[in-house]
Amino acid sequence: MKKRGVGLAVGLYPTGMSGGGDSSQAVVKVKPDGSVDLILTSVDIGQGCKTVLAQIAAEELGVPYDRVDVVNDDTDTGPLCFGTFASRVTFVAGNATKEAAREAKQILFSIAADKLEASPEDLEAANGKIYVKGAPERSVDIGAIAGEATFGLRKVIVGRGHYMRTPSAPDPATGKTDPFATLAWAAVQAEVEVDTDTGEVTVLRLDCAYDVGRAVNPLLVEGQIEGGAGMGVGAALMEQLYPYKSPVKFPAETFGDYVIPTAMDVPDIRTVIYECPSTNGPFGAKGIGEMTANAPAPAIVAAIHDAIGVWIDELPVTPEKVLRALQAKG
Amino acid sequence: MYTLELKVNGRAYKVEVKATTTLLQVLREKLGITGPKVGCETGDCGACSVLVNGKLVKACITNALTVHGKEVLTVEGLGRPGAFHPLQLAFHEHYAAQCGFCTPGMLMAAKALLDENPKPTRDEVKEALSGNLCRCTGYVKIVDAIMAAAGEKA
Amino acid sequence: MALNVVGQRVKRYDGLAHVAGETRFVDDVIVPGTLVVKGLRSPVPKGKIKSLDVSAAEKVPGVVAVMTHKDVPNNRYGWGGDQYVLAEDHVRYRGELIAVVAAENEDAALEAVDKMKLEIEEQEPVFDPLEAMKPGAPKVRPEGNIFMYGDSPCRKIIFGDVNEGFKKADIIVEGKYHHQGLKHAQMEPHVSLAVPEATGRLTIYTVSQAMYFHLTWVCNIVGLPMSKVRMIGGTVGGGFGAKNDVHADHIAALLALKTGRPVKWRWTREEDLLFSTFRGSWDMEFKDGVTKDGRLVARQVKSIRDSGAYTSLNAYVVDKHCFLVAGPYFIPNVYVEGYCVYTNKPPASSMRGFGITPATYAGEMQMNKIAEALGMDPWELRFKNAFREGEMTATQRVLDSVALIETMQALAGLVGKELPPHLKAMASTQKREG
Repeated sequence: MKKRGVGLAVGLYPTGMSGGGDSSQAVVKVKPDGSVDLILTSVDIGQGCKTVLAQIAAEELGVPYDRVDVVNDDTDTGPLCFGTFASRVTFVAGNATKEAAREAKQILFSIAADKLEASPEDLEAANGKIYVKGAPERSVDIGAIAGEATFGLRKVIVGRGHYMRTPSAPDPATGKTDPFATLAWAAVQAEVEVDTDTGEVTVLRLDCAYDVGRAVNPLLVEGQIEGGAGMGVGAALMEQLYPYKSPVKFPAETFGDYVIPTAMDVPDIRTVIYECPSTNGPFGAKGIGEMTANAPAPAIVAAIHDAIGVWIDELPVTPEKVLRALQAKG
Repeated sequence: MYTLELKVNGRAYKVEVKATTTLLQVLREKLGITGPKVGCETGDCGACSVLVNGKLVKACITNALTVHGKEVLTVEGLGRPGAFHPLQLAFHEHYAAQCGFCTPGMLMAAKALLDENPKPTRDEVKEALSGNLCRCTGYVKIVDAIMAAAGEKA
Repeated sequence: MALNVVGQRVKRYDGLAHVAGETRFVDDVIVPGTLVVKGLRSPVPKGKIKSLDVSAAEKVPGVVAVMTHKDVPNNRYGWGGDQYVLAEDHVRYRGELIAVVAAENEDAALEAVDKMKLEIEEQEPVFDPLEAMKPGAPKVRPEGNIFMYGDSPCRKIIFGDVNEGFKKADIIVEGKYHHQGLKHAQMEPHVSLAVPEATGRLTIYTVSQAMYFHLTWVCNIVGLPMSKVRMIGGTVGGGFGAKNDVHADHIAALLALKTGRPVKWRWTREEDLLFSTFRGSWDMEFKDGVTKDGRLVARQVKSIRDSGAYTSLNAYVVDKHCFLVAGPYFIPNVYVEGYCVYTNKPPASSMRGFGITPATYAGEMQMNKIAEALGMDPWELRFKNAFREGEMTATQRVLDSVALIETMQALAGLVGKELPPHLKAMASTQKREG
């Protein structure tokens, strides 16, 4: 018999390395025509940091996205970044990028201020122009200012940014510590169908809501949510590195032994992004990368309980465990 | 050593191979065509997927000599900047590629499907992709992209 | 000020390169004359190396260099500083690297590994962390099987008074949970290409997720300053935490310096699945005290992490778990113990979600069981306990930008769940009543 159920799980996730002390640095260089190089060593492992950091640099400098090049491939040219983990790059490297862009922008503002007969504090940059706040008709082209700065005033238009949260070691007695920069929030509902004859579980739907602070790029946030949901399905139902007590006698040697979800295993996924800006992230952003793999598994297990009335307390929920639990229930 | 003659992306090649050389080794190591990736070498992940005479194969478990006299299509021959295949543009538009490592194989699996079934259902797309693993996307946007390229509303 | 670029669904920066098959991953970098690497790995999960003779391996035609730990300037490395580049006297997991060879081709490298004469005295291993914690268990490491946080065998979090909390509870819900070991299964294998230059500099093409960490370790292992080593990377075919630990860069670097030739080491998928880092399993015991109206008043947790044979990021992973295992709820009384336990498996390390993944799993299992025990809607239970702005976690961190209630309301909207008026009206910024 096939039975359906729904289950809920929620969660939180800390942004940045637990305990702080993790650095990211960025250098922003403006070329004579106003094009921008963002130079750092934050690694794009697929999550899309080249895209997101280019957006942050473009926003802060007031240039279009396609005028920013990201140079993240080389430790000779790129300054320090601790790396792509702990859901930290959008936040930590993003803050460094924003600071670097701001410093470069101040050089441009100091020159634009003369042209516009305004003080640098009264200037803003957007859409390739620097203009007087509240008087957008008083504007100059960023490319022209960059050329003037470079050739007229012999400036190097470079900005530097470094973000690092103060380390916080836990108190040995109580564990008191300030371990994260900010928290992001999750809520996931799973719908499953359980075949009570075979024990097979099919995930019919995963519905996902995440607070990501500011979604710097909602398309990429969706990509993280969907990818994490897929990984959650694997953890809930399929994957098990050491199914037996001896990892020597029964190892997983191929993807035929260690089975991860295929396109046929991942259900339709609906997502909604909620934005509760952080107080300390770039434009209010929080980390989203890792947390998306967490809530799906307990939501799926709860949905199985809703369908057939048994709790299964060991992952993954294989057909064998489902049948044994049903048998024990009687 | 044996002499293997084949066409890759429309161009004819003649290479010396051993009896155990795979098509993937020929493409990457002899011809420098690195679109097809080495992901598992056991035919499980699909990152090396290419078309041989229009049929989808895993190049890592295809003996090179079995493609003698045949035509191979890799992602490099699917479409180039300025003349991208609709699948390539749809993958970009729908954010179907995150890390990009599985993408060349995914695209070839998608092409093989659409060549045979130009108007697939979502389930048919998922089934056609089931030999190609992706760990980044959950496949959602890959399926969206293929449906879009097939002219359906994703 | 309105945002122009941030918040936009701009297309992926390198998306067209990806779909063109043009993105250059490390394995796609082809340098003429590159040597290939194969390694001799421990055939047993625990043992004492009696002798190792590589002289026959060195004589295999096509072999350019063989290395053992004696050839490594600084043989210790890793996040915990306790790993061996190449094993010295002992091996602690099956697959631990003992010797490596660089050769003109794969056949020669494999033959050389085959001809290495290794005499090893097998010792009794322990694989189950619960067994490894028992007195008298086989010792994974001479100093013991439990990582020490200073003087303590566990990370402790103490907030309020958990026993007082249990006294205020109407019901107690207990549960034991097992989160399995998992692989990252990133599509791009571990691979490194090291190219020496006439100037004495070394360029390493890396799959690292953390280039400066790998740069630091490689410089330390090979004994060169950062001015002599350049890492090229930044675009990686999936990581999920697999590529925070250095797997191949240090070996490729050592062999490139020794041979003066470009050296590439690509792990096979089999090696990756068997011997690379993984998400260690977790055994977790929860005890929650709850009032009849659904308020969590006490939570006690004991968690044990299978860390494999070396520390790597495991102590950090356990910390991260302990700091937030009380979940996204304000619980006034919390007691947590987290243990990082060594076993004779490859070193576990980072994987997407670190210690929060098992915490979310077990904690949410508990919440659903509590809802069932109270006969309460699982949504209502979570709304009642969700953190509010300005409340404190179990590590006494005061929270801002709290949004669990709003995120659940957003989910309710998405799935068409009709929330009762009092949950619809609830907000994270409201002070908790009572």
